[in-house]
Amino acid sequence: MLMVQLPALQIVLPLMGAPVCALLRRSSLSWLTAFAVSAVSVAIAGLLLAEVWTAGPISYAMGGWAAPWGIGYRVDALNAGLLLLVSALATVVVAFARDSIDRELNGDRLHLFYAMFLLCLTGLMGITITADAFNLFVFLEISSLATYTLISLGRDRRALTASYQYLVMGSLGATFILIGIGLLYMMTGTLNMADLAARLPGLEGTRTIKVAFAFFTVGVSLKLALFPLHGWLPDAYAYAPSPVSAFIAATATKVAIYVLLRFFFSIFGAAFSYRIMPLGAVLLLLSLLAMFVASFVAIFQTNVKRLLAYSSVAQIGYIILGLSLGTVAGVTAGIIHILNHALIKGALFLALGSVFYRLGSVRLEAMEGLAKRMPWTMAAFVLGGLSLIGVPLTTGFVSKWYLVSAVIQRGWWPVAVLILLSSLLALVYVWRVVEVAYFGEPGEHLSTVGEAPVSLLVPTWLLVGANIYFGSHATWTWELAHRAALSLFGGGP
Amino acid sequence: MHLLGLYNYWVVIFLQMLGFYTLIARGNLVKKLVGLTIFQTSVFILFISMGKVSGGTAPIIAPGFHVYSNPLPSVLILTAIVVGIATVALGLALVVRIKEAYGTVEEDELYGRDERD
Repeated sequence: MLMVQLPALQIVLPLMGAPVCALLRRSSLSWLTAFAVSAVSVAIAGLLLAEVWTAGPISYAMGGWAAPWGIGYRVDALNAGLLLLVSALATVVVAFARDSIDRELNGDRLHLFYAMFLLCLTGLMGITITADAFNLFVFLEISSLATYTLISLGRDRRALTASYQYLVMGSLGATFILIGIGLLYMMTGTLNMADLAARLPGLEGTRTIKVAFAFFTVGVSLKLALFPLHGWLPDAYAYAPSPVSAFIAATATKVAIYVLLRFFFSIFGAAFSYRIMPLGAVLLLLSLLAMFVASFVAIFQTNVKRLLAYSSVAQIGYIILGLSLGTVAGVTAGIIHILNHALIKGALFLALGSVFYRLGSVRLEAMEGLAKRMPWTMAAFVLGGLSLIGVPLTTGFVSKWYLVSAVIQRGWWPVAVLILLSSLLALVYVWRVVEVAYFGEPGEHLSTVGEAPVSLLVPTWLLVGANIYFGSHATWTWELAHRAALSLFGGGP
Repeated sequence: MHLLGLYNYWVVIFLQMLGFYTLIARGNLVKKLVGLTIFQTSVFILFISMGKVSGGTAPIIAPGFHVYSNPLPSVLILTAIVVGIATVALGLALVVRIKEAYGTVEEDELYGRDERD
């Protein structure tokens, strides 16, 4: 009986956990609640994925109201995989936050931090699981509002301006999405995704649908920080508390890309998105610019968190490049990189969180010779960095491999060369950190600095281990992504 | 006549551009939020306009009435208004904190201060 209710529990559990955290007021108890809720979410997501894997997509009617009247949830290979990813990263980050967040927040606000964290998790998983376009907007705003709050908690006062900037840009994006959904409702009279997909084909030529598509694309692109709409991202990642940077870098933009996939393929349909609208060309151009401009800017950063933030903009470019191909192979590569990049950036930001825990800074000059004092933390950073560059036996290599072969399959040789060239830029910015940490002499301020505590190293190395594991056992990721891509193109389960 | 008949949509576009312009052009953080609110409100009017059915009354079943306006867009907008209020409230709370931390809410002055840090 409980098995049938799993899709609802996936959302209700963290939603209920948030006020519990806020009411408990003791930081240790609210941490325990947040950790338990995230861990159970992983179990639920795992069960959902197992069921989808064997029995096909699951549809769930909230409150027993069937689809056109009630809000439906729908789980298929794509969002089951994403649910598992988001909840697993939330669990790892909460485990990391127990000791690290003390240093970045005032002690009397810790329970509120965990409440906001669970609300953010609720929103992200809600966006992923829902089958109703308006419900998606509501969950998007829940996760966004929680994210703005989480970012503003950072110690540096620039966290406040970063959060404000994100709030303005994010609300603008969300309102664009709302306009798009409104225009779709105007033409079809439904908000259910399956009904939308069924009713749109007859209306493809109308200007309203084209305008809806444009508003929607721009709005979601703001949310996923597609170049040149990424202005809010570097500051937000740089000044947020470390666990928050790790969590939103690994999940928030990925969920926004999921929204893009869901609307482009499941609702508007690939034929409309790529033939009637010039989506492929636009995305290709923007993703190539993101790969080069953002990577180039990353090279000149002195704050390592901001360096990784620009690198995220570039990596989002790789994912979008996969989508711009408009082929099953391209979308598969995009989905693979969604999963892999979450693991890579999660590991890197957690390693930086340990650095911040010991040094109180993540500026390059403060990290001079740090590898001698914190060998395990910096080793985790190096392995994460290698994965980011795309060295064989890491997840980054798997992503690049499928992306390059998808591009070649489409016959775009110059683009394949550009992907490899931009990887060299990643090598440069990762090397800058490695050079300072490994070949510099530790300064006076490092004389008392020791290795990060085990409670921080374990979550970090868990993600690093996942990078290595999924780098050498790529079939599982590929199988999941391929199934998801096939179902997006309407060819599979 | 056709253009005038769609006057509510002209109002929507006017408010939208007004809000958007305020959001971009103003350097004062509070005024930016006012612009954002106007922008969001225009979308509320867009939704409510599309729920109107010509000749329809309020959607309450009563004898003698057969044509009702669509209540769903209005209900959706109730949710969107709540979201909008939450956004603006959070935004204003951030502005208060920014004023405490920097002593100003003017964007150009804020920018100047961070460069020196």
